[in-house]
This record gives sequence, C-alpha cells and structure tokens, in this order.
Amino acid sequence: MSMPNTAVGHDVPRIDGREKATGAAAFIDDMSLPGMLYGAMVFSDYAHARILSYDTSEALKLPGVKAVITGDDFDAVLGGVFLKDEPPIAMGKVRYLGEPVAAVAATDLKTARLAAQLINIEYEALPNVLSVDEALDPKSTLIHEDLSDYFRLKPSSFEGNILWKASISEGDVDQVWSDCDVIVEGEFQTQAQHHLYMEPCGALAKPEQNGGITIWSSCQSVFIVQQKVADYLQMPMAKVRSLVPHVGGGFGGKGGLHIQTLVAKLAMTCSRPVKMTLTRTEDFEIVRSRHPIRIRMKTGAKNDGTLIAREIDMVLDGGAYADESPAVLNWAVFVARGPYNIPNVRSNGQLVYTNKLRAGPYRGFGNPQVTLAGETQIDEIAQKLDMDGFKLRQLNAVKTNDAWIGGQNIDACGFDACMTGMLEATAGAEAEAAAASTSNKRRGIGYSALTHMCGIQSTSAEVHLRADGSVALVTGVVDIGQGSNTILSQIVADSLAIPVERVSFAAPDTDSSPYNWKTAASRTTYMSGRSVLGAAVNVREQLFTHAGEMLECAEHDLELREGGFVGVKGVADAQLSFAQIAGRAMACVGGPIAGTDTLVFDGPTLDPKRAIVDGFAFTNVGIYTFGMQAVEVEVDTDTGEVKVLRVWSAHDVGRAINPAMVDGQVHGGVVQGLGLALTEEMVWGENGNLINPTLMDYKIPGILDVPDFIQSIIIEAAEPTGPYGAKGMAENSLVGIPAAVSNAIANACGVRLRSLPFTSERVLRALDAAGK
Amino acid sequence: MSTDKQVITLNINGESIELLLDGGETLLETVREQLGMTGSKRGCNQGVCGACTMLVDGEPVRGCLALSSACSDRSITTIEGIADGLNLSPIQEAMVEHGGLQCGFCTSGMVLTLSAFLAENPKPTREQVRHALSGNLCRCTGYTKIVHAAMHVAEAYSA
Ligand code: FES
Ligand code: FES
Repeated sequence: MSMPNTAVGHDVPRIDGREKATGAAAFIDDMSLPGMLYGAMVFSDYAHARILSYDTSEALKLPGVKAVITGDDFDAVLGGVFLKDEPPIAMGKVRYLGEPVAAVAATDLKTARLAAQLINIEYEALPNVLSVDEALDPKSTLIHEDLSDYFRLKPSSFEGNILWKASISEGDVDQVWSDCDVIVEGEFQTQAQHHLYMEPCGALAKPEQNGGITIWSSCQSVFIVQQKVADYLQMPMAKVRSLVPHVGGGFGGKGGLHIQTLVAKLAMTCSRPVKMTLTRTEDFEIVRSRHPIRIRMKTGAKNDGTLIAREIDMVLDGGAYADESPAVLNWAVFVARGPYNIPNVRSNGQLVYTNKLRAGPYRGFGNPQVTLAGETQIDEIAQKLDMDGFKLRQLNAVKTNDAWIGGQNIDACGFDACMTGMLEATAGAEAEAAAASTSNKRRGIGYSALTHMCGIQSTSAEVHLRADGSVALVTGVVDIGQGSNTILSQIVADSLAIPVERVSFAAPDTDSSPYNWKTAASRTTYMSGRSVLGAAVNVREQLFTHAGEMLECAEHDLELREGGFVGVKGVADAQLSFAQIAGRAMACVGGPIAGTDTLVFDGPTLDPKRAIVDGFAFTNVGIYTFGMQAVEVEVDTDTGEVKVLRVWSAHDVGRAINPAMVDGQVHGGVVQGLGLALTEEMVWGENGNLINPTLMDYKIPGILDVPDFIQSIIIEAAEPTGPYGAKGMAENSLVGIPAAVSNAIANACGVRLRSLPFTSERVLRALDAAGK
Repeated sequence: MSTDKQVITLNINGESIELLLDGGETLLETVREQLGMTGSKRGCNQGVCGACTMLVDGEPVRGCLALSSACSDRSITTIEGIADGLNLSPIQEAMVEHGGLQCGFCTSGMVLTLSAFLAENPKPTREQVRHALSGNLCRCTGYTKIVHAAMHVAEAYSA
C-alpha cells in the first residue's frame, strides 16, 4: 500500500505553506478585535531595588487611557515550574533591569506608551548581583530573601543566591585518576544567547461576559498559558481560554509565559479587549535567554584510548527568576558525560540567581554548552594520545542496549551509523582543507559527537471521521514553524491510506483540544506522533468492525485500500468507502466514528543502586538520540575572523517522517548554532543594563555569514516505541556546532578557545598568546 | 514626530487609495494599521530584519523606514499583491514546495525581495541569490532552502 507524495517518508510540502507564502497567515500582531485597546508597559530602571511607591495619577488623567495596573492590583501569587518564585509583575522588589513594573491600556498605542512614561515609581536601590562569582559569594545581597519558603516541586539543596544544586555520580571517580595515562582539564565559559524568533512576543485578551477571559498569544503551548494565567489571576481554568495564531518561531523562548497575564489583567480591568506586542528591544529585555554556564571539566583515559573518568563542575547563571532553569541544570548535569561509556563520572551543577534577565529553555537545553566542553576534551585526549578523534569516539561510543548513566537502557542507537555516515561524507575534506590553507588563511575541519533526548510529559489526540470520509485531527499541539501540523497529518493520512488533503488539522484551543504539554524537548513527532497514530489506528479498527458487518466477513479478511476504502482481501470489487461506513455509523449503527489516544512518557527512571543522584528535577527524560557534526572553517590569522565554509550534520532520527523537513530542521539548527559559536552574545553593563538589545548590536547570522553548503545526513535506527520508528531531532542540529567550530579552529591554527562566542578578537588574542 | 495630518493618495497593489495620514507615518504602519493588510511583518521596526520588505516602483524597500508621505506618486507592492487569487507566483510556489519557509514570519519579505531580484536577474547564480538576500534575516531555515527555491524558479524560467 504505497501512497506517493502523501505517506510517511515523503517530502510533503507543509500544509500551511500557502497561507504563509501569501502573507495570509495571521500572527498575534496581525489580529485585532472590535473595541480593542493597546497595551504598553513600564520597565524597571534598576537591576535590584525595592519598590517604594507608584504614582499613576498623571497617566490616568491622559485622555484615552483606560487602565493602569501595578503589582498592587494582583494577588500575591508566585509562579514557576520547579520553584515558585516569580510574581505576575514586579511586587515589592525589582530583580532585573527592564522587569515590567506597571502596564497601561489605552485607545491607541501612542497614548499607551505616553501614559507609561507618566507613571512615576519610587525605588530604593539595592546592591546588584551581576556575576556568578558575586552570586556564589555567601556575603552577597540576597536576590530572593524568601528562597527557603518557596514551593519546590522536587527536593534539592540551596543556599544564599544558589537556588538549586543537582548532581549525579556513578563509579568512583576519585579512585581512578591515578589509573589514567592521560588527563585533560579545562574551564569553559558560555554566553547568554537570545532565541531571536523573528516574531516578537505578543498577546491579545478579550474579557468574556461570564467573568472569564480568552487569550490569544504567541506561545509554544496553549495549555501552559491557560494554567499559568489561571493561577496568577486566581481563576478556574474553565474561565481561561487560550488559543494561538501562527507562531513566528519559538526555540524555547515562548515555552513559558511572557506578557499574557498582564494583557489578561488589563483587559479584565477595563472590560475591553487589549493587545500588546513587544518591540524587538522589549523582547530582548524581558523574555528569556540561553544560560551562560561556567564549566570545569576533567577527563581521563588509558593509553589505548579507553575513557575511564570524567568530572564536571558547572555553574549556571539563571538570572532573576528560576523559570525552567532547574530542569536545564538537571539536563546539563545529566548529559555532560556525553555519548560514551565512561564508568566513573561525577557531574555537579549549581544554579544561581543574578540581577539579570531570567534564563530559560533554549534549543538544546544546556546541552550545547556542556558538549562544547566534552567534545573539546575528546579531541584534546586524541591529540595527546596521537590517536584519530573518530577512532577514540568509536572506541568509547554507547551502543544499542548499553545503559545510560543512571541505568536507563538505550533501545535504539544510531550513533555508530552517524559516525560512519560522517566519515563517508567528509572523506577527503581534511586533505582539501590542508591543501587550500595559506600562511594567513588557515583551513581546518572539526567534529563533534552529540547526544540528546526526546519525549517527556504527556499528550493526547483525537481523530474524527467525517461524513464524506475526510478526517479531522485534533491535538493540542502548537506548530511554531517546525512543521508538526504537517508531520502529524502525514501520520494520520498514512495510517488511514488517505491523501493528506483529506485530513483537517484543528488549531489548538484549550476549550476543545485534548491536552498536550508543549512544543519543546524535541518531543512532538515522538510523543504526539505516537498518540496521533494511536487515535488513527483506533479509527481504523472501528472502520473494520463496521465493514466486517456490512460486507459480512471476518475483520482479518479485510484490508485498507488507498484513497479511503476498506475491501475484502483478494476481491477487488468488494469494498466500501470511508463515506459509506461513516454514513452507517452516523445514521444507523454505533454513532460517529472517533478515535482517541492518550499517553505519558513513562520510561524507566534512574536506578538508585547504580548512580547517586541529588536534586534532579526529573528522573525519566525520554528516548536518547545521537548525532555527529563537522564544520570546516577558514581562520584569517591576521584579523582573527572565522569563516565557516562547510557543515555536515548526521542525525539518527529513527525514521524521517518527512525527510525534507528533517533537513530543514538540520539547516536551521546548524545556523543558530553558528550564531552561538561565533557572534551572538547578550552583554550587560555595570548597572545591569542590557547593552545590545537591538538587531543592529546583537548579531544573528545573515545569509552571507553562513555557508551555502550544509549537508544533512539522515540516519534511521528505528526506535521501537516511536511512531513508524521516529525519534525527535529538532534541537540536535544545534547541539554540537559550538564544539565542532572550536575543534575546527584548533585544527586550522592550533589554538584552543574556551569562551563563547569565538569572536575575531578572541581568536586573535589566542593566536597572539600562542605566538602564532 | 509630526502630528500634522495630510491627505495622501497611495497606489497599493494596483489600487489607488486616499488616506489621511500623519506625516511621520511609515509605510508599514499605513498598510498594517490603516489598511489592515497584515502580510508585511514587523520583526524589528529598525530596518534590520527585512520582514517588512515591500516594493516601491519595483525596488525592495524597508516598510518600517519608508515614510508613506514620500510614496504618494509611486507604485507600491506588498505581499498581498503577489499572488493572483489562488494562483501563487512562481517564487511563492517554490518557497512552499522546496521548504523555503518554516514559521513564515520572514517569508513575505523574502518573497518580495526575490520577486524583485528575479525580475531583474532571471538566470542568477546561487551566490547572486545569496547576495540579494543579504538584508533579510531568517531564524528558522538556515537560508539554504530559500536559495533552492529561488534557483528552481530561475531554472523554470530558463527552461
Ligand atoms: S521590521 Fe523593517 S526591517 Fe525589521
Ligand atoms: S521561516 Fe521563520 S524566520 Fe524565516
């Protein structure tokens, strides 16, 4: 039963492509409602201060101003996922410069912004804690005085400005250093990266007559928005309806709340719809960033290349609020061992508060940072042993049915296939690079292996059969641009043997969609794919039951036929269309056909007999995924400029439901990774002010900054639990890029960089220091 | 910013529209807020991202920088003027078919920039396409498939 161009494994163009290509697709700022007001905010001028008073009288006098809200207008509710530490708007204190302190709604945007300027807030400045070292100092001012009283989802240690500690250890690392023939040690520092989705965050809220509120927002989960807004506003979730228009990218940045609560509160205060969209600068200043991490790592091996010990100590700068940082810490600590069987490992992490923008989840979730350290050290060990880096990786690589640190079994491992695929793809590349090098333009190739995961949390789906044999797919999944609407529709179409055009995809709506956690953790294809497939199979079973009765034959004699038919095996003209079956179900027997499926990721948890684990925010994470990446650079030794010439990226995706879209995720992730490696960095000044909150000063890669040659190599080691064997992959293509660039620079000109981003200045300084 | 209003006639997508506008109003504000044509996107409002790209007399301009009052006798094309009903233009079709768009937020700007470029350079090299797109940022695609899309259109022209 083959379904050309529609079925799983084919490059189906995205189902919402036409509306996006014509500008018809509505994003949040494209929406408006009758009587709609516009919102604006007042942002803290201090990184750390007590709020003494608000004076909103001048703002309220301005014609056109309909509402002003401050911390005084909210219940004192603290929100957060693992640690509840964040008020809906600054209350009593501000903890970063730019933190929203008040908000205004007015008849037009200019009036709202003018009113915001007329609000006077009196502060009493407190000492700023801006660096990790200051935060670790027990004498530093506390950013959260009530840390010990906060609700904590899982137990963990904390003290001072350290809000969470996590660690895992296996084997006995202290005992084996003396057995190592070679040891490498180093300190690495990564930077804050902004998600820089092209669409700034925004929200539109409409008060309802029943006292409830409807919120549209640019987000990665309608359910997370519903739950958090309901909690902050102390309303039942039944009164908070959350929807989402098209989303212009997320990458983790829209995974939690941004301004939804404030917009909802404004709308309820003035009983009118209110819209607020962040300016690019506001979006930089108040949403979230990738974690800067300081990583100390030590790795030891035997002369034959066997890795036997690794020790990691890291400090994550979480900024002013916990957000999802405890989980990022957890994952970074967990994955820092890398995809290698290292018997003795100790990984420790601390997460600190600073008076800066909160850090949060961002594509890779702490993994690109620790992979930079880990894969640098793999190359350094190979160099010391005078061994090929590939050989060292292959020698120590985890394989199918090996155990991960903590004991979880790896059911399907395509890591070795990724390395083999990479070796083939890059054959001859090193020689080409060497041959093309000149005395001041040095070329080199660098590699990085990577591992990640997909899965976590729960999801559900419904598939409804319509009268003409079309099907309606209903999930709570938000497509943030990666293409899940298409992938999930393909899965339904394939499993029912109908064209994708016969599947309608329902937009997520908390009033009518089955629950899905969120678009994050590379989980949608794997988790929602499973549940969508389950619901479609459920429909297929009902179709067969009806068809068996209608055709008077046993169900096992029936087969699905292309185009939406159920027929008797071996009898070409004995068949029923889905429409005929739907007609019977709707009018006579059984009722409308609908399939449902619901699931939670419940893979094995960590084995306490195997590893000592402390402060983990989660204990089962999902399915492991693997990859291998390579980068060719040209380093200009006169200017320090690093130019990326070619990138190869091999990923084990289990099964590519839509290979072209897999390639799209690979290319996009690679380029975001190049931004992280080379140019992007949020920089704060000494008052805690973000110095570069514009696209002029914060440089993401443009087309001429990146190579035209990005080769995606798809490896398919089917995951037994995955839909059609598929695993998640959308984060993976970013994870190894900083490490591969670092290794390529070292290969090109022999210098080691350990602080991201690798700017021309840093490269030049390293070259100078090395006397090159 | 001037608050003086003036009557201006704009020719947008082949239609003449008379509007009462602030002197300081940008083309992006006019099309999005006054005319409700929201296909042109605001990614930065600072002239960097290119999401607001429109054509003025066939040349790509940044809608967030161009003043509407300066465009009164010129012909303006926005993304809404590119397709013919349900028939997409070749570059729109190619962007959909070849994965040149993901979230779609940069897409209007990409399509307009490429429409103008391909009209003048029907047989470009990949490198020329890349240079033409140097003022349009995309965070999702890594750009490669946008270039593929443009090259497919160019090949179809020259076939
Ligand atoms: S919105 Fe005009 S260039 Fe970004
Ligand atoms: S497709 Fe998302 S920014 Fe280009």
